[in-house]
Amino acid sequence: MPRRTVAPYLLLAPSAVFLLMLFGWPVVSGVLQAFGYGSTLGFTSSYWQRMADDPRFWESVRNTLLLILVLLPVQFCLAIGMALLLRARLRFSGGYFYLWAVPLAVSDLAAGLVWLSIFTDRGYLNSMLAWFGADGVDWLNYQSPTRMLLAVVLAELWRSTSLVLVIVVSGMQLLPRDYDEAAQVLGATPWQRLRHVTLPLLKPSLQVALILRTILAFQAFAVAQALTGRQFPLLIGETYEWYVNLSDPNVASAVAVVVLAISMVTAVIYLRTLRSPEAEARR
Amino acid sequence: MTGDTVTRAPARTGAARPLPPVDRRPLRRLRLVRTAQHLVAILITLFMAAPIYLITLAAFSSRAELNRFPKAVWPRDVSIDTLRAFLLSPGTGVLPALVNSLSVGIGTLVVSLLIGAPAGYAVARYGFRGRDAYQLFLLLTRSLPVVVLAIPLASFFLNAGLYDTTYAVVLVHSVLALPTTVLITASVFVAVPVDLEEAALVFGCTRFGAFRQVVLPMALPGVAASSIFTFVLSWNEILAAAVLTLEVRTLPAQVLVSLSESPLRYQFAGGFVLVLPALLFILLMRRYLLNMWGSTIR
Amino acid sequence: MANGTFSRRDLLRLGGTLGVAVPALAACGGVSTSGGGGGEGKLTFASTQFKPIEEADRFRAILKAAYQGAVNYVPSESAQLTAQLKAQVPAKKVKIHLVGGLHGDLATFGPDLLEDLSSLSAEISKTAGWEDSFTQLTQLGTGKAYYIPWMQATYVVAVHKDALNWLPSGFDVNDLSYDQFLDWAIAARKANRGKPVFGLPAGPEGLLHRFTQGHLYPSYTGGMVSTFTSAEAVTAWEYFRELWANCVPSSTRYDFMQEPLASGEVKVGWDHVARLLEAPKENPGDWQMVPSPRGPKGRGYLSIVAGLAIPKGAPDQNRTKDLIKALCKPDTQLRVLAENGFFPVVDADFSGELPPAVKLEAEAVTRTQDSDGAILALPPIGLGEKDGQMGKVYKDAFTAIVLKKEDIKKTLDAQAKVMQGLIDETQAACWAPDPPSTGPCKVG
Repeated sequence: MPRRTVAPYLLLAPSAVFLLMLFGWPVVSGVLQAFGYGSTLGFTSSYWQRMADDPRFWESVRNTLLLILVLLPVQFCLAIGMALLLRARLRFSGGYFYLWAVPLAVSDLAAGLVWLSIFTDRGYLNSMLAWFGADGVDWLNYQSPTRMLLAVVLAELWRSTSLVLVIVVSGMQLLPRDYDEAAQVLGATPWQRLRHVTLPLLKPSLQVALILRTILAFQAFAVAQALTGRQFPLLIGETYEWYVNLSDPNVASAVAVVVLAISMVTAVIYLRTLRSPEAEARR
Repeated sequence: MTGDTVTRAPARTGAARPLPPVDRRPLRRLRLVRTAQHLVAILITLFMAAPIYLITLAAFSSRAELNRFPKAVWPRDVSIDTLRAFLLSPGTGVLPALVNSLSVGIGTLVVSLLIGAPAGYAVARYGFRGRDAYQLFLLLTRSLPVVVLAIPLASFFLNAGLYDTTYAVVLVHSVLALPTTVLITASVFVAVPVDLEEAALVFGCTRFGAFRQVVLPMALPGVAASSIFTFVLSWNEILAAAVLTLEVRTLPAQVLVSLSESPLRYQFAGGFVLVLPALLFILLMRRYLLNMWGSTIR
Repeated sequence: MANGTFSRRDLLRLGGTLGVAVPALAACGGVSTSGGGGGEGKLTFASTQFKPIEEADRFRAILKAAYQGAVNYVPSESAQLTAQLKAQVPAKKVKIHLVGGLHGDLATFGPDLLEDLSSLSAEISKTAGWEDSFTQLTQLGTGKAYYIPWMQATYVVAVHKDALNWLPSGFDVNDLSYDQFLDWAIAARKANRGKPVFGLPAGPEGLLHRFTQGHLYPSYTGGMVSTFTSAEAVTAWEYFRELWANCVPSSTRYDFMQEPLASGEVKVGWDHVARLLEAPKENPGDWQMVPSPRGPKGRGYLSIVAGLAIPKGAPDQNRTKDLIKALCKPDTQLRVLAENGFFPVVDADFSGELPPAVKLEAEAVTRTQDSDGAILALPPIGLGEKDGQMGKVYKDAFTAIVLKKEDIKKTLDAQAKVMQGLIDETQAACWAPDPPSTGPCKVG
């Protein structure tokens, strides 16, 4: 039962003003820029044309979507598995949790450097293979997109799974144990309990994790760039490229608007489809 | 897989008398499951920890060792020359940059909490018109590349006289941190039962009094956790920090500039220097990490 | 693990400490990271060059010796410097006294953000003995000088002596043609169990487009823009495909050839002199530096110029001009060569004491400039902000033709349209080695 009061608006006001001032206005000018505002051409769609004509743009759209489609499912399975292992209260689980959470605080710049030391031709992975007498593999070869994708996915998996893990574990802590125990008494297999008890109860946490991770996944590019150079373009990387190296803020803004649009659409879809009925009922 | 009471059971039943035969299969299966769990946990830990070990190794390797192939995955030719040159050579400014990073991180934490926590409370406690729109607006701030905002913001700060100060960086980082701050504090407040708050009201507390005496104490650990998140975000942000400052750079921005054209060994040393604080943050804050996400954004 | 005990009082205390500590720490708006604070009277010198730690330190020492006053040397990414100037100049609050950068960086800033330095340029050029091409460069296609040439560099080939064993007999390593260069690459790959040992800097920060633009094109076609889609150009690209097939595939990740050369992944590599310097540092005796190969039209080579400029409306310009003069003294420039590997633009005698690695390079550079049929190529002039996009044309053509094996002529025609669009938008006239034009350069 919604309360009609001004209190929430008063509480929101500072943050809204703050965001409008420091974010809203620059965003609007950014979007206008994509349509030629402030350039010599006046209002124009030519920057969109230039963006769409660039073969790297479509490649980066494909790569970005591919990366998200491959990475997120694997990442969520891994994170749920890790959370279940932690719930099993193994010995040293405190230590495990610590090590699994560390990448949470590692920047993508650093993560890129870390994985570069592993995947380069004379890096640690090939060194290890060499010690076992195997031939080195050219992991980051541009001729093998699959291997490149694999390397980027592994590095991103390392870097960003801990966020999902932390959200899922804290969600799990809030679950009442009685459901699970009841299911156990009734003879449900572990898989059935996971599928029909734990996961449905975890849905709210998973939703938060999914939205955040998707939006952040669109922002990732430093790792891919450190590992593959220019051979695995991602959308945000292209924004930087246009802005920084090609000094064309207009086309850069156009690409940024595309990113913005895709992530907003995804977020709205998630919010609509995953909205949990219990949360609605609670008020 | 739950309760560890079951696991300890074998110790006692193991010393059974020759009376009725005990069905040991469930126990054996349990042990098998346990072993498998340990194995998987160790495998995952290897995956998570190996990169950190290797970058440390690379940072402490001598130049000759880094050029060798195959490289050793154990410390073979240890040298701190690269790290020392990276950290101590005059003019790299690593120490002042560290101070700047700390003050920006803490400043961001304070500003974003002051502004974000009330909003989080409103989102958690009130159903009001425009709530969805507000949340969407918050997410929007996270989905736009910072680079597009750089120039409008830089001229804004120049005119405000804040250019090339840590204040400017604090403000921008607060904008970037606000969405997560609001989301996390909202979920923390949701987790505090409304009943308790209402009980306090019944017992004569004012709304603010109820908040201060009932809600705040319960929410504090979660709020603390959200501030770690903010701090880490600010610590790792490079682009805004690099554009808005010339001389008062933060650590990653400083590292970035000196890394981009440096030989690989410096890059590894830089990677290590950036990973080190992460190890420390999580070590200090791991207890609070899980208080961060109560339930949901709804 | 999870709900560890914590004391609320601890948290409050922590909060209290932070509340006090922050204002104290942030009181002065931050601590200077460029050495000694930006106190009154200090000149701020922002530069896109000498960013790596060691180079920056060495350059600070050079500055200290060359100029009396205090200077803050701030290495910057070129994009950040652009953003800063674009914000500072229109707001009339300029904090940077002097900018140093490559011709391309300075062209991006252009007449809008830079002061007219014509008179200073005339004064310095009296004693400096610049080549005329430099004056043309500094005018950015306008007629007034917007920067002062500071140092120059070109591109050479670094050769590890092991690779000389595979050099087919009868070839002179100091005077190779492109075909001989390819034969050598093939011979070396065969001798090394099929693994290539030649490398090119095709990474994201690599300068491979300079190879195409300033070396391959002039050598094969005699031009770089007016001959972009010519039949000779098609031949050049066909050659490039073959050469690439005999280069290390990881070349797509090499930004600086000195890395793979030093680690032994690559034995022969072409790059900018300053990006090769680290390779021969440890064992100069194992290395040789040779000129880029020559083609049917001659030996094309690109000369890169870095310059010094004053942001429009910067304070204290007289003192800044003194600093510029100090940096243009032959002694100062020789020290820059000796320590950081960039060559002087002023008349200087560099036959004297030089570190071995630099000496190797200096020889190769002299051989390049003095060789018969040398064709000097300049980086694009008059393209201003579109400079980077010009590089993208050559990079994209490389990706399409060499990496993806698409049709050469079709790719060139498509990219020619993009190139003509850039030139038309900026009205840039042709630059060397293309014949001078009246009006915008025609892509041919």
